[in-house]
Amino acid sequence: MAEINIEHNETEEQQGTDWSGGNEPFKASYGKLMMWYFLLSDAFTFAGFLIAYGALRFSNANWPEPDFVFRTAPFTTNDNLPLIFVTFMSFLLIISSVTMVRGVQEGHRNNISGTAFWMLLTIIGGLGFLSCQAWEWNNLINVEGMTALTNPFSRHDQSGTYASESDLLEAGFVKKTAVVADVDDDEKSQYPPATYFLPPNTEDIAVNRYFVKRNHHQLHAGDHGDASHGDGDHHGTNMAGETFDAGDPYLITYDGATQAYELGAFKYNNAGSDDGYRGYKNEAFGPKAFGGLFFFITGFHGFHVFSGVAFLTVIMINVMSGLYLKANNGHEMVEKIGLYWHFVDLVWVFVFLAFYLL
Amino acid sequence: MAGHKTYEESIKAVYYGLGLLAFITLVEVGVSLFGKGHIWEGAKDTSWALWVAGLIIIALSVYKAYFIIYEFMHMGYEVRGMAMSVLLPVLLLVWGIIAFMQEGNSWGNRRELIQEKNALPVEAEDDSNGMNEEIIPLEEAMELHG
Repeated sequence: MAEINIEHNETEEQQGTDWSGGNEPFKASYGKLMMWYFLLSDAFTFAGFLIAYGALRFSNANWPEPDFVFRTAPFTTNDNLPLIFVTFMSFLLIISSVTMVRGVQEGHRNNISGTAFWMLLTIIGGLGFLSCQAWEWNNLINVEGMTALTNPFSRHDQSGTYASESDLLEAGFVKKTAVVADVDDDEKSQYPPATYFLPPNTEDIAVNRYFVKRNHHQLHAGDHGDASHGDGDHHGTNMAGETFDAGDPYLITYDGATQAYELGAFKYNNAGSDDGYRGYKNEAFGPKAFGGLFFFITGFHGFHVFSGVAFLTVIMINVMSGLYLKANNGHEMVEKIGLYWHFVDLVWVFVFLAFYLL
Repeated sequence: MAGHKTYEESIKAVYYGLGLLAFITLVEVGVSLFGKGHIWEGAKDTSWALWVAGLIIIALSVYKAYFIIYEFMHMGYEVRGMAMSVLLPVLLLVWGIIAFMQEGNSWGNRRELIQEKNALPVEAEDDSNGMNEEIIPLEEAMELHG
C-alpha cells in the first residue's frame, strides 16, 4: 500500500495530498466539529419533544390557548398581558446571544479583558432568563394551579365562555359567601368574603360547590361562615394555596363526597347568541398533557441554560487566567461554548414558537 | 468572521443582528396576537386569520433559526461540506413533523368518535326468550316466588 501511495504521489500530486493524511477537509478543529455534532444530536432530542407536543396538541380539541395561559407578568396586577413576559424573556436570550458573539470576537483578538467582560454580560443574561423562568413556573404552579399533573386551562374560544356570576345565578345556582378567618381587624377590608355557588336544588346536602377564582392577594383559606353544612373540621386544609379572582374563568370545585378541593373550569356554551346560552357543563380540567409537556420541555431547555451558565462561568475564569492565551488558537474554547450558547437561543426560538406563539 | 470582515464591520454586523432578531420577535408576537384576536376582534371568528398568522410565524421563526446558525454560529463561513453534514440530517425531521401531525390528527378523530359513541343512549335489547334476565341464586328465587 505504501508503495502504491508513493507512486500516486509522484504522478498525481493533487490526489496524493488528499490521501496522505493530515488534511482537514472541514477546516475545523476536532473539538469544534464534535460540538456541532453534539448540537445536532441535541436538536433531535428537542425536536422529538416538540413533535410530541405538536401531535398531542393536534389530537385534543380542548388544548389551551397560549395567549390565555401566559398572560401574567411580575410587578403588575394587570393579568391581561398576553405573551408580554415571555417576549421579554426572549429578548433576554437574544441579547445574551449577541454579547456572546462579541465575546468570541474579542477572543479572536486575544483581548482577555474584553472577552471576559462580554462573557460576564452573557452569564448575567442567562441568569436573568432563569430568574424569569423561575417566576413563571412559580406563578403557574402556586397561583394558577397548573402542575405537571393538573391543568386548569382548557380551550378558550368563541364556542363557549367561562361562567360569570350572573350566568350561574340565571342557571339556578345559589350564591353563598364565606368569611375569611385569621385576619387582623385592620386588614379585614382587604379580605372580602369568598363567594361560592351551590348547584340548583342541592342547598342542604354536602355537595359540590363552585368557588369563584379570586385575586391571590385576597384569600388563602376558609369558608368558616358555612359551618352549618357540617364541614367545620377541615377548614385548615381547604384551598390551601389556591387562589381566586372574581370573574376569572376557572373555579375551584369542592367535592362534597370526598371533601377535597379541585381546580376545574365551568363553562357555558352560548353558541348561537351573544348574551344567551344553551347550556352549561362542568369541564373538569384541560388536557393533563399540557402541564407535563410544558414543565418538561421548558424545564429541559432551562436546564440547558443552567448548564450553559455553569460552563460559561468556568471558561470565563479560564479566560481571565490567560489559559487560552497560551494555547494560542484564538480562544477556541470561547468559540465552542459560544456555539452551545447560540444553540440554547436557537432552541428557545422553537420552544417560543410551539408553546407561546402558535 | 475574521478574514471576511474588518473588526469594525463585524461589530456592526453583530448589532445589526440584534436589531433584526428583536424586530422579528416583535413582529412574531404581534402576528400571533392578531391571529388570536387581540388586535382585531374579528380575527377570532375568521379561521383563515389563525392559519395565515401561524404560517407567517413559522416562516419568521425558521428565518430566525437560519440567521442564528449562519451568522452568530458562523456556519456561513465554514466549509460547505461541514455545514451540510450538520444541516442535512435535520431534514429528516420534516417527515417526522408531517407524520406525527397526521398521527395526532388521527388520535383526535378517534377520541371524538369514542366520545360520540359513549354519548349514544343504550337501547333495550329484545329479551322475549328471557336469556338476559338477571340470574339469582335458587334459594332467593324460592323465597321470592314462595
